[in-house]
Amino acid sequence: MSNKQLTDVVMPQLAESLVSATIGKWLKQPGDRVEQYEPICEVITDKVNAEIPSTLDGIMGELLAKEGEEVSVGTVICRIETESAASAPAGTAPTEAQAQAAAPGEPGEGSQRHRYSPAVQTLAAEHGVDLRSVPGTGLGGRITRKDVLAYIAGGGGGNAAQAPTQPSVQPAVQPSAVSQPAAPPAIPVAADLSRAVSEPVRHSGLHLTETPRIPTIEVEGGDRSEYFIDVTPIRNTIATRMRQSVSEIPHGWMMIEVDVTNLVQLRNKIKDEFKRKEGVNLTYLAFLLKAVVSAIKDYPIMNSVWAVDKIIVKRDINISLAVGTEDSVLTPVIKKADQKNIAGLAREIDELATKVRAGKLKLDDMQGGTFTVNNTGSFGSILTQPIINYPQAAILTFESIVKKPVVINDMIAVRSMANLCLSLDHRILDGVICGRFMQRVKDNMESYSLDTQVY
Amino acid sequence: MPVMEYIDAIRLAMKEEMERDENVFVLGEDVGVKGGVFTTTKGLQEQFGELRVLDTPLAESAIAGVAIGAAMYGMKPIAEMQYSDFMLPATNQIISEAAKIRYRSNNDWNCPVVVRAPIGGGIFGGLYHSQCPESIFFGTPGLKIVAPYSAYDAKGLLKAAVRDPDPVLFFENKKCYKLIKEDVPEDDYIVPIGKANVLREGTDITVIGYSLPLHFAMQAAAELEAEAGISAHILDLRTLQPLDREAIVEAARKTGKVLIVHEDNKTGGVGAEVTAIIAEECLFELDAPIQRLCGPDVPAMPISPPMEKFFMLSKDKVKEAMLQLALF
Repeated sequence: MSNKQLTDVVMPQLAESLVSATIGKWLKQPGDRVEQYEPICEVITDKVNAEIPSTLDGIMGELLAKEGEEVSVGTVICRIETESAASAPAGTAPTEAQAQAAAPGEPGEGSQRHRYSPAVQTLAAEHGVDLRSVPGTGLGGRITRKDVLAYIAGGGGGNAAQAPTQPSVQPAVQPSAVSQPAAPPAIPVAADLSRAVSEPVRHSGLHLTETPRIPTIEVEGGDRSEYFIDVTPIRNTIATRMRQSVSEIPHGWMMIEVDVTNLVQLRNKIKDEFKRKEGVNLTYLAFLLKAVVSAIKDYPIMNSVWAVDKIIVKRDINISLAVGTEDSVLTPVIKKADQKNIAGLAREIDELATKVRAGKLKLDDMQGGTFTVNNTGSFGSILTQPIINYPQAAILTFESIVKKPVVINDMIAVRSMANLCLSLDHRILDGVICGRFMQRVKDNMESYSLDTQVY
Repeated sequence: MPVMEYIDAIRLAMKEEMERDENVFVLGEDVGVKGGVFTTTKGLQEQFGELRVLDTPLAESAIAGVAIGAAMYGMKPIAEMQYSDFMLPATNQIISEAAKIRYRSNNDWNCPVVVRAPIGGGIFGGLYHSQCPESIFFGTPGLKIVAPYSAYDAKGLLKAAVRDPDPVLFFENKKCYKLIKEDVPEDDYIVPIGKANVLREGTDITVIGYSLPLHFAMQAAAELEAEAGISAHILDLRTLQPLDREAIVEAARKTGKVLIVHEDNKTGGVGAEVTAIIAEECLFELDAPIQRLCGPDVPAMPISPPMEKFFMLSKDKVKEAMLQLALF
């Protein structure tokens, strides 16, 4: 052979997912001189039409693909003859490697004769085969599963009747199986033993003798002069909200005195019948709520929220009602209070108060409030400076109804009087608007008469 | 029976399911006007209109999210991820929402979504067009994962996936798209999810795998039979989740010598789980250590041709591994 060498040119991968291409036209014929990167043929695919460049300098040898023929990617399409005889073709290397690998049991490698796979041991035990007499054809003379099967098929082994008595077969195998781990049956025994030891300990476990810990509300610590109380989640929430309200909202405060004599008379007249008919108490609070809601209708700015660059006025009037329990205060909401009459408000107050006492308030009952009313009179208070229920604009308290001497038309009369207190967000509200609002509430309260309908 | 390419079988499955059930619709990047970058959805928009073949923005999370929401309301969406490599932005939707909803809602809701994604390399696609993401989703309860090897299975499994009441990830091999051509019936059939398939009966070694590498195994098996008289038993898992334990154990018992092949990285791949199942169920019938031939533990896929060749499985690599196992 001369020092000429033929190099294969294969169909390249022209595009993703492409597995074949059609030869369009050969641009070089056998014997033509080709330079590297020079087009040698045109190919057509369903994605692109392209020219295939030569990968090296040389002379075109034979064309293996005909024009119009569809050729798989990687298939040799032609050969190019080059002058220099470089290294041996790489293609032969794998073949040699394979041939080498194919030779079973190279000398030098440690004998695998006595390494038994689980399958071999299982089969040998089942069929009572003495593995020492089985020829091994596997790597390094290893006995394969198939060797055992062939041995059994050829009449080797024998007493399959012994199969169930596995342990009696195993000892015959083991002396030769040097590299085998200790007899498999020993493992279960060891496991049994360890279990036997561990079980009594388990039964007298510490958890049975120890008294369960009871969580305590009162936290340990302090001395004779003081003790600590754990902060409950609700206490924590109240603390956070109150702090947020007084820090963020500049509170203003005002109070007004209302003559509720007519209201007292009205309520006394109808409360028993109402209780009988409706099953709930007709409280002063219901009348107050009606008066407040009507006044908010007239002064909607009371029903708003400070939003830094704007003031958001809420269309729905949802009254948060402060309801105290032994250790907290909650503000369930009467939604769309302006759509309800006095009877409806009384019923709603009763329902919410019952839910608070029973601890059955749902999240939904607590959301959406736009203005808060607190019936502080029920504690006997006559004056309160409430903290606004963040982020609302104002909170109104209804103080105790007290009989007082009052001057009316220059005469002294004994009237039932009550104070209403208002804390206001001074960023939104000022004295004039709040004064008008309070005056409207007062008018509404004082205009109740014996003819007022609660339905 | 017409001869068709793997990709045609997938397209036909979608067409048939869309004709059968008006709730079935397709969405993805370029699936409509263009008909898919691989032409998988070609002609569907002409036939079914743009309301049922939606071109989406380049936002896989949104594709999956829309499909999952629609599925929960009773639609049967087939969401296409253009390449499975691009699927990662959608993993939160798929794993946290689709896979969980039946459990989270105490069986009140389910999510019959199909997410199609082309997997695999060997197409000179580099890092972002060649990955096999099976192991990312594998082991997520609530997901079913299928990876067809043949055109017949591709059609039957996709139809089964569309009809399945729960989310199914359909991993089609993009190298198979035009490489695999075979008879595919034009009638309505399904290939059940969760059932493996014996491709070849044999007695010397067992090869278990899925998707493209099984073609190498089949070619290698034919050559080994002719050259060395080695008889290989080949099992196609077809469904990766849930794995067909029974079929795996049966195939392993058949020869006691098991080779598992897949293109996804070796560590933590499907092969590891198959190995564990065999070790759990039939240790005493093993005649050789269980072997795995998988993609190496480097990111798929190098963009240099020799390195791509190094990463990819091939007939020669599979044949060599099969031969070594047979000789053991």
